[in-house]
Amino acid sequence: MLHVKFFASVRERLGVGEMDWDFPSDGCTVGDLLQQLEAHFGQDLAGGHLLAARNHVHVPFSEPLRDGDEVAFFPPVTGG
Amino acid sequence: MRVQSEPFTLGEVLGAGSRPQAGAMVTFLGTVRDVSEHADILALEIEHYPGMTERELERLAQQAEQRFPILDVLIIHRFGRLSPEEPIVLVAVWSAHRAAAFDACRYLIDVLKSSAPFWKKEITPTGAHWVTDCPGCRAGTQTGHVHPDVLEEP
Repeated sequence: MLHVKFFASVRERLGVGEMDWDFPSDGCTVGDLLQQLEAHFGQDLAGGHLLAARNHVHVPFSEPLRDGDEVAFFPPVTGG
Repeated sequence: MRVQSEPFTLGEVLGAGSRPQAGAMVTFLGTVRDVSEHADILALEIEHYPGMTERELERLAQQAEQRFPILDVLIIHRFGRLSPEEPIVLVAVWSAHRAAAFDACRYLIDVLKSSAPFWKKEITPTGAHWVTDCPGCRAGTQTGHVHPDVLEEP
């Protein structure tokens, strides 16, 4: 199982802050998961302007996932 | 590192902790403006990613300590609803001599803005909207464009 979180405009667009998602398969990447989620929700997560984190660390979409990971999708950050 | 909804003051930071080896302390204090490029600002709502935020700020502080000869770093960042003129973020750096503290403070606030997981929403008289600082994002034309500055050491 993966734990998936969404923040800011992505969370508002989907109307969901977090959800569990069955772990797809070994070798699955953040980008693969994103494709599955976009198919599930029937929409783009953020008009393409999206960042991802795996277990609280920024990662590229090519990052492989492991069962039990927490994966987050969010727009570019605007703190400070 | 502190991530909190409550206000803070520069005074409490000045009085926090003893660093007898430090000959310099440089602080950056970010505050809420009452106007943006779009409209008057009634308030800001700041969202963050609990857990990742603390970890990311800690990582940035460690990065600064590797790059500059500094003695200590404190970062405070607020979340929740903030009114104009309230403090949002504070970066304080202590070092033996001033140059390292100035350089590290500037470095920290710059990298924080591109990698710490905070998002600002501007509340204006005509509605609320998320702030987008990235020109590519604002243009909305570069589908799937990446933000490599987040993933690579600046």
